[in-house]
Order: sequence, then structure tokens, then C-alpha cells
Amino acid sequence: MYDIIGYYDAETVDEATAFLAENPNLKLIAGGTDVLIKMHGGQLEAAELLSLRKIKSLSIIRKAQDGTIVIGAMVTFSQVFNDPILREMIPILTEAAISMGGPQIRNIATIGGNVCNGATSADSASSLFALNAQLKIEHVKGERIVPIREFYLGPGKVALKPGEILTEILISPDDYQGFGGQYIKFAMREAMDIATLAVSVVCKLSGKTFADVRIGLGVAGPTPLRCLEAEEFAKGKDVSLETVAKIGELAVNSAKARTSWRASKEYREHLVEELVQRALKIAVVNAGGGELV
Amino acid sequence: MGVINFALSVVLLCDIELKLRLGRSDFMAYKVVGKSVRKVDAIAKVTGKAKYTDDFSERDMLVGKILHSPYAHAIIKSIDVSLARALPGVEAVLTYKDLPRINYSTTLPGVIEDVIEKELAEELELKRIKFGTAGHPYSLDPGHRDVEDRHILTKKARFIGDNIAAVVATDELIAEKALKLIKVEYEVLEALTSTDAALREGAPLIHEGRERNILASGGFAIGDVEEAFKESDLVIEGEYETSIVQHCHMENQTSYAYQDTDGRIVIVTSTQIPQIVRRVVAQALGLPWGKVRVIKPFVGGGFGNKQDVCIEPLNAAMTLAVGGRPVKIELTREESMIDTRTRHAFKFKIKTGINHNGKIIGIHISAVSNTGAYASHGHSIAGSAGGKFRYLYPTKALKYDPITVYTNLPVAGAMRGYGCPQIFYAFESHLEDIAKRLNMDPIEIRQKNLVEVGFVDPVSKNKITSCGIRECIAKGKALIKWDEKKVLYKEQSGDKLRGVGMACFSYASGTYPVALELAAARIVLNQDGSLQLQIGATDTGQGSDTVFGQMVAEVLGLPMDMVHVISTQDTDISPFDTGCYASRQTYVSGMAVEKAALEVKAKILTFASSMTDIPVDKLDLLEQKIVYKHSGESVLTLEQVAMQSYYDRVLAKPITSDISNNARINAVPFGVTFAEVEVDIKTGKIVVLEIYNVHDSGTIINPQMAEGQVHGGVSMGIGYALSEQLLFDAVTGKPLNNNLLDYKLPTIMDTPNIGAAFVETYEPTGPFGVKSLGEPPVISPAPAIRNAVLDATGVAFNRLPMNPQRVFEGFKKAGLI
Ligand SMILES: Cc1cc2nc3c(=O)[nH]c(=O)nc-3n(C[C@H](O)[C@H](O)[C@H](O)COP(=O)(O)OP(=O)(O)OC[C@H]3O[C@@H](n4cnc5c(N)ncnc54)[C@H](O)[C@@H]3O)c2cc1C
Repeated sequence: MYDIIGYYDAETVDEATAFLAENPNLKLIAGGTDVLIKMHGGQLEAAELLSLRKIKSLSIIRKAQDGTIVIGAMVTFSQVFNDPILREMIPILTEAAISMGGPQIRNIATIGGNVCNGATSADSASSLFALNAQLKIEHVKGERIVPIREFYLGPGKVALKPGEILTEILISPDDYQGFGGQYIKFAMREAMDIATLAVSVVCKLSGKTFADVRIGLGVAGPTPLRCLEAEEFAKGKDVSLETVAKIGELAVNSAKARTSWRASKEYREHLVEELVQRALKIAVVNAGGGELV
Repeated sequence: MGVINFALSVVLLCDIELKLRLGRSDFMAYKVVGKSVRKVDAIAKVTGKAKYTDDFSERDMLVGKILHSPYAHAIIKSIDVSLARALPGVEAVLTYKDLPRINYSTTLPGVIEDVIEKELAEELELKRIKFGTAGHPYSLDPGHRDVEDRHILTKKARFIGDNIAAVVATDELIAEKALKLIKVEYEVLEALTSTDAALREGAPLIHEGRERNILASGGFAIGDVEEAFKESDLVIEGEYETSIVQHCHMENQTSYAYQDTDGRIVIVTSTQIPQIVRRVVAQALGLPWGKVRVIKPFVGGGFGNKQDVCIEPLNAAMTLAVGGRPVKIELTREESMIDTRTRHAFKFKIKTGINHNGKIIGIHISAVSNTGAYASHGHSIAGSAGGKFRYLYPTKALKYDPITVYTNLPVAGAMRGYGCPQIFYAFESHLEDIAKRLNMDPIEIRQKNLVEVGFVDPVSKNKITSCGIRECIAKGKALIKWDEKKVLYKEQSGDKLRGVGMACFSYASGTYPVALELAAARIVLNQDGSLQLQIGATDTGQGSDTVFGQMVAEVLGLPMDMVHVISTQDTDISPFDTGCYASRQTYVSGMAVEKAALEVKAKILTFASSMTDIPVDKLDLLEQKIVYKHSGESVLTLEQVAMQSYYDRVLAKPITSDISNNARINAVPFGVTFAEVEVDIKTGKIVVLEIYNVHDSGTIINPQMAEGQVHGGVSMGIGYALSEQLLFDAVTGKPLNNNLLDYKLPTIMDTPNIGAAFVETYEPTGPFGVKSLGEPPVISPAPAIRNAVLDATGVAFNRLPMNPQRVFEGFKKAGLI
């Protein structure tokens, strides 16, 4: 039994922002796969819910004229995985999507909910970080765009102000065209699990050197993060096992791993070093480079 | 001894001596037994028609909720429920003060010695009824009874989750709110979160009078182990440790209770042991046993956790507190994982004396078992482990010294294998280490020491009357392509290494001679020649109802659709059987079923004889017809006999059987796991590539269901080996992962294709030649996987689970990373 004292449906974004402006106690619910778990655990009591499920405009994936990929906040993980545009353009996101939960969860859980829930383990997050995703956020008074790196503030904390709704996730062509990538979810189970470490890497090659490398990590710190030091180092370096090894090593410097009963800091850092290399090696191949052996 | 069952593979058929050893005597061409007939409840289950406890409803059912202790070890100084009681919708709030203060004698059912009416003085507090919860048959011998160390609601919390108070309310949310309004003041004591802490000199006592917090000790000694070590070429020692795991049955503990029109308490509950629940509820409340009735509908799994009485006594108290109105308790997963039962974690020290040729001379096993806060099955599990181990490798000398220790952790109880996954993990790992030391093939060292038919266990006096372990090993070895892979994986390099490993086990079929093995069946022949079969033994998903149906169909020459198996057990109605545990049903309850079917057959033939004047011994029952034995010529249809038995104006006497069987015998099943693993050296992740369990469980009554049983057990064994463990804060005893996200129960995606194979010996003591198969599949996967990892990497993991973090640490220590 869930402790729900009110439930409202919005059919358009405007209606939803108006509802929110009217009643600051409203809690947004998308697929509910985080919200209901919180209620079950007692972290959310006497909930007044505003559902976004009827807002059709938020369930669309499209490619804009300028090549920007636009993913509606209410797009489910099954939709992400099955979408031909995303599969072709940004497979690191579709791979992340299929690694998430199980079929029932993927059919209802939304990418917007995944991001707004603010978990470092969110399976979409490390890929969205690597892709430099931008978030479109709406309010009765207008809209704003926030880079995903500025959106995550801490565990379970995101940069949403009262009355705001995430409506779209945008990925600019500059950030995906010409890149090859790879997503690795390292978890204790092959399904229905939260990552011990998630690594998402994209790279662009220029001849035999790295033109650009971006590395997103999940569960390597309190929020998803990027490995800027390693990325900076990679620029212009030879595509070689030595470079990849150094990138793996430097990636650890950006991680903020700590010891918990789930895994030790030492082990997590070891995984960062190892899995960044593994992901990057495949990303190189996906970017048109040769296999590094 | 004579002809062999031809289900054995051709390879094995050529050996005449082997046929003798397998002991198949009178091979019969069974018609229903040995066939993969459809599970009798398959359609009901897949269509959702099968009703589980939660599917029943009573008008105005109330909801019961439990206040769990937030401290692992604490005494209640004061408890104030006034605010909770005042909350609208709350019908009752219970604490230890409200529970019956009657001193109830457990020696005779129905006798209440002393009713204390006035407010109890502190010393009389001790007289509040304590009861044991283990699902064992009652013993007339007071020295052999389960340990009674529990109150329905306690004044002293012994683990985080202990039951402090309870609320009955009109709905769940109100009940939960009321729980928050109960004010409890605790005096917090030191939490003893490990056996070392609990055994420490001067540690606080979790239970009065249990010195050093020891619940049980004392094993056995066969021969003189010290002498044996002196005789041995080598003495090798090892230490092994297993973790606390949980059953994670799909259906959590759920029950509802009400008082019937005649004042008796009726409890509908998801249990393996309705008769024992009835007794324990009566004992816990100080009621005559006949005042309680327990009904078991379909059950969504138990694996031993429902061979214990967890929520029913409190549920009964709740309904009494609200004038007999129906009250339901449904544990959440989080509750079920800490406030029911777990598997005992064991620490072993093993010392083995062995000769260079691989012959074991003596074994000394010491074990410390962590039983958690209350006894439950704790006093018998460590002993049981040693008992079932004795059958596999008989030696001149074997000494077993277990101690079972109380700690401030959740209560450990029965779980599939009952101590054997622990002891066989330890010993089969140890034996592998020895083989490595001796530079001997792991299969060869086992073959040198395996038991033979005719062995009599010196302690239990149980005798090995069939044994196919050698053939199981041969079959498993061929299935996994052992020799080929051993060569292939000799020289490997890179980050991913492969290896193969194996491990054996022995078990038992039921508990004889430790406990009573009483079973019962009732058959009623209907007018149309079909029948109802009622058994006291409970099907909790494993498929015993189907197997019993097959046995009856076999004896009476009926098709399965003429056998109506009643799946519900009701202590008012069902014949008496102690329940579903110890892998006892097919063997023990099967004896009663066969006996009942034979009696019905005899009655049918006698009745037919009275109708035809043909002597009984000339008649037989085949394909629903009474036939001449010599020619098979039909004399009457079964339906004609059945109709006559109901309506003949002179002879009418419906044909029934209502029979008990007290099995004073046991049979030992054997088996082996072969596993192939791939180890990712850099990440510490182990993947099981192939795994085969080969079982000698005597005759296989239903191959498809048997295979299913093996699949479930092996998957449980893989979780035990690689990922599962309940974790607790070492200081506070707080559970860290009592949910299915953080507790790493493997999913189907983590489970490789599981190979199940059987060597069908004929067990002369079992009905149709059967031995047990329920628990055995879970026993040997963990050591086989551990041995495969050793083969792949050279690193021995002597602690479960071998999860990536631990494997990483192990490889680091070994210098692999
Ligand atoms: C069994 C199970 C398995 C899971 N496995 C995984 C997994 O493998 N990987 C993983 O990453 N997660 C997993 N999750 C967590 C969860 O499914 C995901 O985080 C999911 O994406 C949440 O989406 P939702 O639509 O269900 O969000 P909801 O639960 O509806 O909402 C989540 C949060 O976001 C807010 N919110 C939702 N939409 C918006 C919006 N448009 N604007 C502003 N705020 C919004 C809500 O108010 C709430 O705080 C699992 C959950 C379950 C129950």
C-alpha cells in the first residue's frame, strides 16, 4: 500500500508547469520506478503526485534540422534501445539502455526520471556525460538549458528548482558526429542490477592520433563525472596501447571512489583504470581505428 | 540383484559387476513412473488460478504489522503504546505484556498447568511461555525436543528485527503509522555480531544460562583420529568459511488468522509444515493443540525457510486480541530477509591424514556455526551436516567437533541442504587442495576413497543399499569433456583463464534415525473409477503432488487424469504427515502413498471377486479394467466395481484407504557437480561456462521435474558460490543488504545452461526404487566452482562467496594483479 494522498494528470507541459506553480507540494511522477520505491522505503510520505505520462510530446525521439538529437524526458528505456536513430548515432546510449533493469522496468522507466533521480548509478548518465548532453528545463515563466555536468549536484540532488520540469535531452551533432564509443556496465549481475562502475567513452581519431576523447563514469563518485585530466592528456597523442594505458591511469585521478560495503576504494579505482582502457580500445575500433593489441 | 535399469547409458551397460553394484533387482516396465507427465498443478499455476494465501480474502480483513527492534541487543526499559492505540483505525496494539501468561506444559497436549492472573512480578516474567520454532516432529523424549528460547513478543531484543510490538489496524498505512507512535525506551547492550565476539570470555549472554553463548556442541568420533594421523604419510590442514545467505523464495511469509464459529483459531499460511505450525501455535499461546487449525494452500517456495514457525503464533495472538476477527500478516521482502531464517555461516578447520597413494586414513573437522539470535534449527544443523558427510568417504577415523553459537544476528534455520552445502564446500575444497599437494588427479583421489554398497554408518547404523557415485562421476566427466579440457587449459595466458573442477556429495532421504519419519495418505475411489489422493506431505512447488499421483496411477493402472491430487493440506482434514523437509517426501511419504494404493488395489480386486466369484489371486487391475491375471482378458471395468461399491444394496462399501507409514529406514543419494569457469583476472569476475550435476537418486519418477529440481538447486548453488551473502554492520549488527537489489541473488541472465543427468540405481528400500533429490542439487556446485577457479588460476578461495571484490583481493595477494 502506498501513502498517496493526491494524484493528478497533466496532458501538456504547460498544464504541468501550471499545476506545479499552483501546488508546490506536488511530486512529479514519470514511470514511478524510483518514486514508488522511495514510498515503499518510507522516504516519501503522504505524496501528492503529478503524473507526466499523458504528455505525448515528451515521448518523442527526433533528430532536429541541425542534427541535434532530441530525446523527450518521458521516453522509456525500451524506446531508447529500439530507436533506429539512437542506435546508429549514439549506440553508447542504447547499450546503456538495454543494460538497465529488466524488460518490465525498461518498458516503464523513463530517461527523464533516470536523470532527475540524481543517482550516480543512473545507467543513462555516464553516456549522457560523455555525449555532453544538454537538458531543456521548463517552468511557467520560461525555459532554460543546462549542461548535464552542471545538473548533478550530489547524491539524489539535481539542479531543478521548484516548479521546473525536465522536458528534453539534447545532444549536439558536434558531440557525436565522427565519434566512436563504448559503454561498459560493470555490475554483480547481468540484469536487474545497479552498476559497480559504469564507463562510457567516446573518441574521435585524426589519423593515428586521438583528436578527442571524452570519458563519463558512473558510481566512481557521488555523482556521475568526467575524466577531464585523462581527456586533456589524450588530445593529439598516438593511438597506442601506451596512450590508452596512461589514459586509464589518469582517469583514476578524476574518480572520487570510496570504500563501502559494496566495494573497496582500491578495487573501484582498479576497475576505473582497467575498464576505461577496455572501453577506449573498443571505442577506437568503433571510431574507425585499428584493434590495439 | 539382476537386471540393470536400461536408462543407464550404454557405456555403463557393459559392466556386469557394475549392474550388481547398482543393485537394480526386479526391473519393471513402469507405465507412469519414470515418465515426464505434466505437473498436476501446471495449468493452475500458469493461468493464475492456483490460489496462494494472499489470494484468499475474508470480509473486513484487518492488517497486522510488526514493530522490529532497531537494536541488535537491548532490553526494553519502558514501552508506551497509548498514542498508537488512540489512532483511529487501530484495533489492537500488543506488546510482551499482553501475551498469555499461562505456563503451559509441553509434556501433554491440552494440559494447562497454571494460569497466572495477577500482574506478573519480575521473576515470574521468566515464566512467560517460551517456545521453539523448528519444524521438527514433536518428541516424547524431553531431551530430544527443540530448544524453547523464544517469546511471541520479546522484552529483550536479540537482533535488529526482533519482534517488540504489533499493531492490528483496518489498513496497512494506519498500521504503519501506529508503529511509529509506539514509544520504546531501550537499554542498549553490546551487539555480538560474530561467533568470535560471542565466544569471547566475559561476553554478555544473549540467552540466560547459555554459557559462552553456546547453543549446542558435541559431534562424534569414529576410531582414533590421532592414531590415524600417526599412521598417515601426510597430514594436511585447511580452513574454510561460508557466508550467511537467505532462501529468497518468491512468496514471502504470509498468513491470516481468525477464530471460527466454534472458537478455534484457523490459520491459513504459506508453510511447509502445517501440522507443526498447529502444534507450535498452540504451545506458544498455551492452548490445547486441537484448538488450532492450519490450512496450507498453494505455496510459492520455501527452501526450508517455511520449515519453521515464524509469523503464525503472532498472527494467532493478533486475532485473539480483536475478538477473533480475521487479521493478515504479510511480510515485506525486507522483513522476510532478516526476520525469518537464514543459512548458518560456518567456519571449518579440517585436518586430514592421507597416504601418498591418495587413501585417506583419518579426518578431523572442527566447525563453528553461527545460529544468530534464537535456536530455531541451530541445535541440529551442524550435527546433521556431519551425519550426512559420513557416508561419502568412509575412513578408519573421523572426528567431528561442531559448536553452534548464538549471536545478535538474524536467526539461522533450515535451508536446502541443512548444513551440507557448508560442510561439502569445506571438505571438497580441502580434498582438492590435498590432490594438488599430492599431484594427483582430483577424480582419482575421490575414487580412492568413495563408499561402497554394504557400508554401514557406525553412528546412525544406516546402510548403503545402492550407490551410483562412480557412475555419476564417469558421466559428468564425459559430459564436460574433462580430459580434453584439462589438457587444453594447461598452458594459458592473457586476462581470461579457464578451468574445470568437480565436487561430490552424499545426503539422506529423510531424517531417520534422528527423528520420526511418519507419513500418511488417504485414497477415496469415486463412482467413475477416478480417485482422490490426499497426502499429509506438502507440495511447496517442488512437485511432490505430481510424483505421488504418478505412484498411485502406476499401482492402480490409471491414467493421470483419473487421479485427483488434493493439494491443500488442512490439519482438520488431511492425514498426518510432519511436512516438507529433509528431502523426505518422494521416499518417505511415497512409502505411505504406495501402501495406500496397494490397499485400494487389494480392495478393488476383493470387491471384484465378490462380484464375479473369481478368486482374488487370479485377478489384476490394468488400464481401468479388472482382468484375468493369466490372460489379460477383461472381466469388469473399474467403473463397474466402483459403482457397485457405492450402490450395491447388500455389498455397498466405498473403497478407501487411510494409511500411515512410519519409515524406520533411510537411503543415501549421491551426486557430483562438474563446472567449467572463465575468470577475468583483471576484474575478478568469474563466469560459469558449463555446469553439470549428475545425481544418483535411485529411480527418477518424473525426469522433467527432476531436471527442474536440479536446475533450481544448481542456480542456488551458483549464487552461494559467487555472489550471495547477507551483510551486517560489524558494530551495530545492522543489516546492510536485506533487499533483492543489494543481495545478489543471480538472475536467469547470470545462470548458464545447466546440465542435469541421472544415474538411475534401484534403491531397494524406497518406493519404486527412489532416493531423495529435493535438496541434493544445491550441495556440490559451490566447491566444484571453487575448484574450477583453482584449476584456472592456481588461487584457492577458501571463503564464500567468491565475488569480484574478494577475488580481486585474492589475486592481488597471489601477485596475479
Ligand atoms: C527493479 C528496478 C531495477 C532498476 N534498474 C535500474 C538500472 O539497471 N539502472 C538504472 O539506472 N536505474 C535502475 N532503476 C531505477 C529507475 O528505474 C530508473 O532510475 C528510472 O529511469 C527512473 O525513471 P522513472 O520514469 O521510473 O522515474 P520516476 O520514479 O517517475 O521519477 C524519478 C525522479 O525523477 C523525477 N522526475 C521524473 N520525471 C521528471 C521530469 N520530466 N522532470 C523533472 N523531474 C522528473 C521524479 O519526481 C522523481 O524524483 C531500477 C528500478 C527498479 C525498480
